[in-house]
This record gives sequence, structure tokens and C-alpha cells, in this order.
Amino acid sequence: MKNVMPTKSSRAINWFAFAAPSRFYFLSKKCIPIFWFFALSLSIAGLVLGLLFAPTDATQGDSYRIIFIHVPAAWMSMVLYVAMAFWAIIGMIFNARLAYRLSNSIAPTGAIMTFIALWTGSLWGKPTWGTWWVWDARLTSELILLFLYIGYLSLHSAIEDERKANRASSLLAIIGIVNVPIIYFSVKWWNTLHQGASVTLTKTSMDSSMLFAMLIMTFAFWSYTFATVLTRVNNKTLTEESHTDWVNQELNKLRTGS
Amino acid sequence: MQSISATHIITSIIKRDIKLALRRGSDTSGVVFFFILVVSLFPLAIGSENKLLMQIAPGVIWVAALLSVMLSLNRLFNDDYQDGVLEQLVLSSCPLEFIVFAKTVAHWCYTGLILLITSPILALQFNLSGESIKVLFLALLIGTPTLSFIGSIGAALTVGLKSSGTLISLLILPLLIPVLILGTLAVDAAISDLPYSVYLYLLIAMGVLSSFFAPLASSHAIRIILD
Amino acid sequence: MIWSSFSDFINMHGYAEYVWGSFGITFLIFLIEQRNLKTQYKKMIESEEI
Repeated sequence: MKNVMPTKSSRAINWFAFAAPSRFYFLSKKCIPIFWFFALSLSIAGLVLGLLFAPTDATQGDSYRIIFIHVPAAWMSMVLYVAMAFWAIIGMIFNARLAYRLSNSIAPTGAIMTFIALWTGSLWGKPTWGTWWVWDARLTSELILLFLYIGYLSLHSAIEDERKANRASSLLAIIGIVNVPIIYFSVKWWNTLHQGASVTLTKTSMDSSMLFAMLIMTFAFWSYTFATVLTRVNNKTLTEESHTDWVNQELNKLRTGS
Repeated sequence: MQSISATHIITSIIKRDIKLALRRGSDTSGVVFFFILVVSLFPLAIGSENKLLMQIAPGVIWVAALLSVMLSLNRLFNDDYQDGVLEQLVLSSCPLEFIVFAKTVAHWCYTGLILLITSPILALQFNLSGESIKVLFLALLIGTPTLSFIGSIGAALTVGLKSSGTLISLLILPLLIPVLILGTLAVDAAISDLPYSVYLYLLIAMGVLSSFFAPLASSHAIRIILD
Repeated sequence: MIWSSFSDFINMHGYAEYVWGSFGITFLIFLIEQRNLKTQYKKMIESEEI
């Protein structure tokens, strides 16, 4: 009897293979130590190169070394917001609680990166431009980004029902991501018209060792983020799926320390 | 069986909401007095030198308008939610987006519109010229509906939550920054005798876009919360 | 190595507060984040007593 059903090609990718919390949990459990290894080794390499071997800058002296933290943190803050919104969209489309969980786990780390970017930026600005803060388009937009993260976290914690909280904060994240370009351009326009302090971030001659150290630190921040976010997702999975068998088995294993 | 037209539903909801707000009275009066009070605090705090007042006037008036509207938003859906009316509206055959649009228009009528009417008087306090006051009035006329529309998203996301006033402000004020910037730029330009119409056109664009997209987002949020 | 002495390195040619302030806060915040996760984990493990 001929098989009438079309057979799936054995090489087709099952995009939803890891949407099951249990499979995702065990995969990330294995990956977390790898990410920590890279986070620590890359940061040591980056910091050694950046703090000990990169030359002193001609114009800024040694204060420029803050960029080894500031730039990676700023990049992460923006990338993580996009990632958070991406998983929010996936969660809404497929009603996948793991996507929501991922989105929620990214938010705290994203907010922290934004705060670090703002704080280190301020400490870099003081010796470079003479002030702790400048209402430059990028700094102002970064500050607003911090508020967007905090808004997401506040809304999620304010609603009691988990499913409603996930969907509401995901909607907020999506509205936020649509608005970020609008906010950025309006602030940029405002800034050029008000002719504030002219801040020219001169990346004139960046010695190759500086650039290299910055790139290494970026990858270090990436690895740290992955390790942290995945740990948070796993913690949440164990808490929220505690009614399932596999979680109970896993919890037993963890308690007895096997 | 004749079905009721959408326009009829929208106008009746607008009339109902305005009637309820007038009956309560505290909504509108609270918003107006808060607006006037905040605007009056700034000269007291900063100083009453004429040039300084003219410089800070657009910003102060716009920020006060934003804050006043934010404070009034938690009533937009919560009252109906507590009465059970909101659920009925969600279940009705009229699309929820139209209903939300109507409620937001009504909200503007009993908040933004009133602020708009008081703004010329406050502008006089700051020694703005006739032309600047005209531009301020126009900018607020175009901008305050946008405040209500984008604000309705915050109100919808926080339906049923206690003390949602500050949470709504936290969620929505970042999204309103473009409106704030354009509104103040328009009045600043008028004060300095520079062309201001481009800012008004952009405000109109924002208003039109928000009046379309905000009800979509708000009704989606209401369905999420009420589910 | 571009530093002639250890005290030179710590001093960062006069920019010590800014550089070490930045690195220090970052390190501290990451530490707090990780400790938060550990506490979260401990609470979860210890809460479900069979």
C-alpha cells in the first residue's frame, strides 16, 4: 500500500526541537560552564592586553581604558533589548512559555549592562569632556533605554498571573522596540538644534592593541551574558515546571549532589 | 434586524464617558489644578527674571501637561473594569478597537482639551508673545490627543492593578519623549522668530499614527489582561 | 608591559579614580548579579521539601 502521507525529509530542521523546557534545560546546563570558561578566560586576556600592554593614549591619557568596559556594555545593552523583544515576539506568535521565560531572563542583565554603560560613560566623560553628563543624543537615548528595561521589569512584577504578566510585558517590549528608533532620532534632532556641548568621540588613531582588547572584552561580555541568562532561565524552569516529573528527578539529583 | 453603525457606537461611548467624567468632576478639576500648580511652581523655584521665564516656558508647560495627563489615565479603563462594563465591551459585537478609540477621544475631551484652554493664561504668566502663545496652543491642540492615545496603552496594560498611576507614567513617559521634544521645539522656534511649521506637521503625523496604532495596541492589552 | 612600576599601574597616570571606579563598579555589579542568582537557586532547591 503506497504511503499517501508526505514524509518529512530527514534532513529538515526541526526548529522547535529545543522549545521543550526539558530539552532546553539540559542543553543549557551543559553550555553554562563552557560560557563561563570563555567569559573568564577572555576577560583575563582582554584586561591583560588592555590594561598592561595597550599604550597610553596621546590625548586622553589612561582614562580611555574605561572603553574596555564601556563599549562592550553599551553594545550589549542594545543587543539585549533587541533579543528581549525578539523572544517576546516569538512567545506571542507561538504561545511558547520558554520564549517568554528567555525574554524575562534577558531583561535584568540588559538593564545591568545599560546601567554599567551609563556609569562608566559618565566616569569616562568627566576627565575627557569635563562634565559628568552631557545631553548628547546617544547618552540620552541610553538613559531612556534603561527606563524601558525598568518599565518592562516593573510591569512584569506588578501583574500576578504569570501568563498575563508575560503577555503584557511582551507587548510592552514590542512597543518599545518600535519606538526606540523614533526616540533616538527625535533626541538626535533635539540635540543638534539645541547645540549642546559638541561631543566628538574621536576614534582617530586607535592602536591595534586597543581595538583588539576591546573586541576580546566584547566577546567576554557576550559569554558572561549567555552564562548568566541561561542560568536564570534554568532557575526559572525548575521553579515554574516544578510539577513535572523530570524536574522532580532533577531536583532530587541536585539535592543529593550527584 | 438593523445593526447599529460603528459611528453611532463611537459617538455614544464618547458622550457616555464625558457625562461620567462631568458627573465625577474630580478627574477634570484634579488635572487642571495639578497642571496650573506645577507650572506655577517653577518660577517660584527658579526665579522670575523675564528672559529666564521665556526660556523655560515651553518646557515647563509641556512637562506639566504630560504629567497631568499621565495622572488621569488610570481611570480610563479601571472604572469600567471594576463595574464589569469592560468585559461586556470586550464581548460586544463592536470591534474593541473602535470602543478604545472612542474612550480615548472622550479622555482627551475631559483632560487634554481643558489643559489646552488654560494654557494661554499660563503662557501669559511666562511673558510669552502673542505669536508664541498661538503656536503653543496649536502644538498642544495637536499634541495632547497623542498623549491620551499613547497613554491609553499604559492604562490598558495596567487594568486591574492597584496604584497604577506611577506605573503608567514609568511605562509611557519614555514613549512620549518625541512628542515632548517636538512640542517644545515648536514653541521655542516661535519665541525665537524661526519657522515652526515643520514641528507642527511632525506632531500631526505622530498624532495620526498614534490614533491608529494605539487603539490596536490598547485593545490587544485589554484582551490579554481580561482573558 | 608599559608600566614602569606597580604603583604607576595603580595610579593610571592620575586617572586612578575614573578607571578603577569603572572597573570596580562593573565587577561589583556582576558579583551582585551572580550572588542574586545563587540565592534564587538556593531558595528554589530548599523550598520543595518532599
